[in-house]
Amino acid sequence: MTTLTKNPPAAAHKAPQRFNRGRGMAKLGDLRIAMLFILPAMIGFIAFYVVPTVRGVYLSFTEYNILGDPEWVGLDNYAAIAKDSLFWNSLAVTGQYVLMNIALQTALALGLALLMHKVAKSTLVRGTLLLPYLMSNVIAALLWFWMLDYQIGVVNQFIEWSGLSRVAFFGSEEWAIPTQALINTWRHMGYTALLIFAGLQAIPHHLYEVANLDGASPFQTFRKITLPLLRPVMVLVLVVTVIGSFQVFDTVAVTTQGGPVNATRVIQYYIYQRAFTESDFGYGSAIAVILFLILALVAFIQMKFLRGNESDLD
Amino acid sequence: MNSTTSRAPLPATARRRRRPLTARRMVAWALLALAIAVSVLPFLWVLRTALSTNGALASQSASLLPADFTFGAFKRVLGLQSPAEAVAEGGSGAAINFWLYLRNSIIFSSITTAGAVFFSAMAAYAFARLRWKGRNAVFSLFLGTMLVPPIFTALPNFLLIKNLDLLNTMLGMVLPYVFMTPFAIFFLRQFFLNMSREVEEAAMLDGAKHLRIFFQIVLPNAAAPLATLALLTFIGQWNEYFWPLLVGSQDDVRVLQVGLGVFKSQSPQGAPDWSGLMAATLISALPVLALFAAFGKRIVNSIGFSGIK
Repeated sequence: MTTLTKNPPAAAHKAPQRFNRGRGMAKLGDLRIAMLFILPAMIGFIAFYVVPTVRGVYLSFTEYNILGDPEWVGLDNYAAIAKDSLFWNSLAVTGQYVLMNIALQTALALGLALLMHKVAKSTLVRGTLLLPYLMSNVIAALLWFWMLDYQIGVVNQFIEWSGLSRVAFFGSEEWAIPTQALINTWRHMGYTALLIFAGLQAIPHHLYEVANLDGASPFQTFRKITLPLLRPVMVLVLVVTVIGSFQVFDTVAVTTQGGPVNATRVIQYYIYQRAFTESDFGYGSAIAVILFLILALVAFIQMKFLRGNESDLD
Repeated sequence: MNSTTSRAPLPATARRRRRPLTARRMVAWALLALAIAVSVLPFLWVLRTALSTNGALASQSASLLPADFTFGAFKRVLGLQSPAEAVAEGGSGAAINFWLYLRNSIIFSSITTAGAVFFSAMAAYAFARLRWKGRNAVFSLFLGTMLVPPIFTALPNFLLIKNLDLLNTMLGMVLPYVFMTPFAIFFLRQFFLNMSREVEEAAMLDGAKHLRIFFQIVLPNAAAPLATLALLTFIGQWNEYFWPLLVGSQDDVRVLQVGLGVFKSQSPQGAPDWSGLMAATLISALPVLALFAAFGKRIVNSIGFSGIK
């Protein structure tokens, strides 16, 4: 579970200077005791973060089917990926998914955050909206898999009652990705709204009072005060949610497993299939490297063009 | 669900009460009510389905109450029904035992949470309170791992666990999480940085060593953030799917989330065992729902807490 974080620059540098023992120990500092305190975390960090990251890059240049040893093949995997229509399909499918998911989720979350900010700041309301996020992806997927069932799902009952024809939410190629986007929007909507709500709470109240005195309309206040001051928070929210959205896997794995045909074979599911179903770890690692690069690029572009680390609050 | 009273300052409450119920506020409340309904009603529908029989679900697919009320689905997924009974009620008759998965989930989530929170607290102490060369650089490295997508490290980590011959063992499942999570270190470091140093310095003058200070002063004083972090970590681990799917595919270590996926893919008698599936879903959600009922306020207030300021 992530909580959106932004390092307050002041806190990071304050600590060392205040505590100065000025004895002979000072030269070494607390290095020895610090090593002791950090040892367990360091073991986990090296064994399960650093080494696998390096090894993942190495594997992407090899052919490795888990039996035997990895065999160095240079850029062969990447060359094959460039010509792999399933890879390009997974990229397109993931792109569609991210667009739909993020557009809908961000719009709804912003709306909800503004509503909460205006009329209901109670913990109960916020808690209720957070409930779907506390459930696992698997639970969210199964719950909607049942409610959206073609034959006896309650949503299709309502659709039929309103005179429309039933929708094969998971079974048709055109609906499969929008359905995945809807499920994940349902799960993340309240959480995202809470993050934005926290940003709204940080806007100084007196600005609204001044605007009110000046006779600004609610729309003007929103456009001239709320939106610009909320921008840094919105950028952070977008970076976090877009990166998360690109890594969609659980709901697909539990419901459509990439299908119908290739309609929901998102990147992470394709990596999973290549590596674990087809035992092609080199190829899977190469796609994972590409996904990693895409995510880094997306985060960089968002921070750069939306100026996420500059505040308008001066 | 959450009976604690709002601790909002009095003036705000008073101001809110005086505000008239305008048309605009009514529309706002109506929209919020709609969002709350969309968030909560699916869970009631799951409960209703879990208490129905499969045969009646098909014929009364839109009645609001359980169709042909029964606890059969719960008995079935908890392994309390004979195969014959299970088949008669639309189950697969295959052995499924969510008691076992429940136990595995509890073990997996508890061990990883305890380890990650404790070891992360130690590391956070070193990053926040001790002076040593290279401290900030090492901390930045730790923080940088938050940016690496889990799928990227999952492949090599799987190979490592396989090479250690730990596939399908609880040890193999908990290892990548039990030493630390970058988020936990970040979260606790922020808190330790802002803790008052005076008690600590007094203790140090008395000759107390760092280990004693950590255990007797820092940890007790950080009880609240440690509890919040443990709560968030536990829920996150409870909901983890990808890693347990890779490493723990056999029954004796399978966790609930993976068990749910397997259960869904068994399609007995042509049609899914919907009531059984929803009963299993509810069982998987129950511990988180219980934590939420008990500590909802703490969870809610932690969202956005660590620093959008």
